[in-house]
Amino acid sequence: MGNLVEVENLRAYYITQAYGVKRTVRAVDGISMTIREGEIYGIAGESGCGKSTLLRVLMAAHKPPLTVVEGTVKYVFGEMVVNALEMSEQEISDLRWKEISYVPQGSMHVLNPVRRIQDQFHDFISAHRQVSKRESREMTRKYLTELGLPESVLTAYPHQLSGGMRQRVTIALATILWPRLIFVDEPTTALDVVVQRGVIQLLKDVQEREGSTIVLITHDLGVHANLAERIAVLYAGQIVEEADARTILKTPRHPYTHYLIHSLPDLDERVERESIPGRPPALDNPPSGCRFHPRCPLAIEKCKNLEPQMVYLNSNHRVACHLVTEEIGLVHDAEKR
Amino acid sequence: MMQKNAESQLLYAENVTKIFHIRNGLSSIKFHAVDDVSFTMSTDRPEIFSIAGESGSGKTTLARMLLGMEKSSSGVLTYKGRDLNRLSKQDKRRWFYKEVQPVFQDPFAAFNPLNRIDRYLYETVKNFQMTSKSEMDRYVDHVLQEVGLSLAEIKGRYPNELSGGQAQRVAVARALITRPSLIVADEPVSMLDASLRMSVVNMFRRLKEQQGVSIIYITHDLATAFYSADRIAVMLRGWIVEMGPVENVLGRPLHPYTRNLKESIPRADPDKKWPRTSGLAVTDIDEYRLTSCRFVSRCPYAMDICRQQIPGVHQVDGRAVKCFLYDPKVVGEENAARHAAGLLPTPSKVQ
Repeated sequence: MGNLVEVENLRAYYITQAYGVKRTVRAVDGISMTIREGEIYGIAGESGCGKSTLLRVLMAAHKPPLTVVEGTVKYVFGEMVVNALEMSEQEISDLRWKEISYVPQGSMHVLNPVRRIQDQFHDFISAHRQVSKRESREMTRKYLTELGLPESVLTAYPHQLSGGMRQRVTIALATILWPRLIFVDEPTTALDVVVQRGVIQLLKDVQEREGSTIVLITHDLGVHANLAERIAVLYAGQIVEEADARTILKTPRHPYTHYLIHSLPDLDERVERESIPGRPPALDNPPSGCRFHPRCPLAIEKCKNLEPQMVYLNSNHRVACHLVTEEIGLVHDAEKR
Repeated sequence: MMQKNAESQLLYAENVTKIFHIRNGLSSIKFHAVDDVSFTMSTDRPEIFSIAGESGSGKTTLARMLLGMEKSSSGVLTYKGRDLNRLSKQDKRRWFYKEVQPVFQDPFAAFNPLNRIDRYLYETVKNFQMTSKSEMDRYVDHVLQEVGLSLAEIKGRYPNELSGGQAQRVAVARALITRPSLIVADEPVSMLDASLRMSVVNMFRRLKEQQGVSIIYITHDLATAFYSADRIAVMLRGWIVEMGPVENVLGRPLHPYTRNLKESIPRADPDKKWPRTSGLAVTDIDEYRLTSCRFVSRCPYAMDICRQQIPGVHQVDGRAVKCFLYDPKVVGEENAARHAAGLLPTPSKVQ
């Protein structure tokens, strides 16, 4: 499978100016990654680490004050390579929903409360394709049945459906035109576990059926474990570790990843769990050196003033931590000088 | 007899029911948001009692009744022997609100973003005249220490300058100011990151052990309930379907709904992925109006009787469970015992 999205050294800052005071929040600060065709790529991290900002830039949906100051985002659609950050408004909206789709956070609230579900589907489909009302209804009915949603939702109004059903209807809406690439932002926050499971299963069904690529953002590593094939862990606007899901969850190398996993309560044993001390740094003035060092129990002197480099442990697993670098005996570029 | 029993309890609920009327044109529909709920909490030793269930199971309505914000439609609900429906306004202000304090879901919605956060602490101290003016700083600092913060840390700061976990801990500190015997926390961690959740539930455990405060912990997050609670009641569409010590109920769930809930918790372990079946309610309100078991449309073990009658409550294996599978009169002594041992019949397909 080839690459679908290629991101290189991306920096996107919120630049604001109020009363002559300029403030720069470095929400995405030097991220490189590739998303492969047909995979489910998970992005994990605490709130305020830049997950949603990254997603916005990946979709080319950033608006001031969010500004891309450096780097590229490329979509590879077969032979065609598009530079996402240089497209015109028209080009972007041609791609949206047909090639690239998005399920926003709290998406059960996006449905129009005064229109029946089937009419909303028609509005949506007819905006992108020449279809009659009857054709769009037939298409909707067929798609919902395939996904295992009951036909009765077609004639219902949103308020008549449960929260979980609404969430699943929005996912169906976002995927009915078979986009290649689907961005999903915190699909399950504030949903209870049963509904959450239904939603995750639906996403998986869509991906298996259409071979779509899904980029999934959530802080919940339990959701990642059930869905994602590869996971990138984000901290303070940077990727600190990236590997296949099993490696990240079973044998993480970065202390932050380790903490994220081990702060979760276990259902098999009632053992004492400690939360991560401190809080994520403010991104307008991130700490020097490794950005995790103020909270890291293993921090050494070097971590305070030297930014760790990304090292590859194998072709799939990369991590940015001085301890790992030391262990495998690599010398940091800056030290050589 | 009952009254005497009720007096010795911190909280005593017997057949508590809350009915809402939904108008539909000229007719109106009765809607039992909380239906026939009974439980007690003892004054003798503090405990964390968790009320769990999916959204729309009546958890919050029950919490509002426990906090005296809503009157029950029928049943008995007493706090330290006094009927909550009959408390006068004065009694509520002078006594009840000191004794029972709430913590709500969204810490940032609980504090006005334009006010400094310490103001809420000082105001609560003043309102309940907990201490003299000169002692106020010391007192506020003291309650903040109990939740793992200090006055120096938060004085003069606005809510947006705190993390969600910190803001929620300040909300708990505010609740602690009146020296309550009971804290009712309604989904206190659902807005927080998984990593911050632990800081809040760890604090609940400390408060129970060190300050002797009882806590009603309402949540849909079974993992933190299992971690922190002593007892748990699982709610479904207004009913308590399973209740008992948390090791029993979540360790070996018996009600098909509790089993479904437990299975649905996503585990951060690639070896423990979900099995691929799960039923989901289409609409919330239909299940409430069933005159049979309310889980029947999603239950893989549904029998004919489940579609016709409301199940009774049975004491099985150290917990109460409201399900026909454990009713010896329906399935026979032998089968009921088999089911209690965890050997359930082969599941039928869920529609």
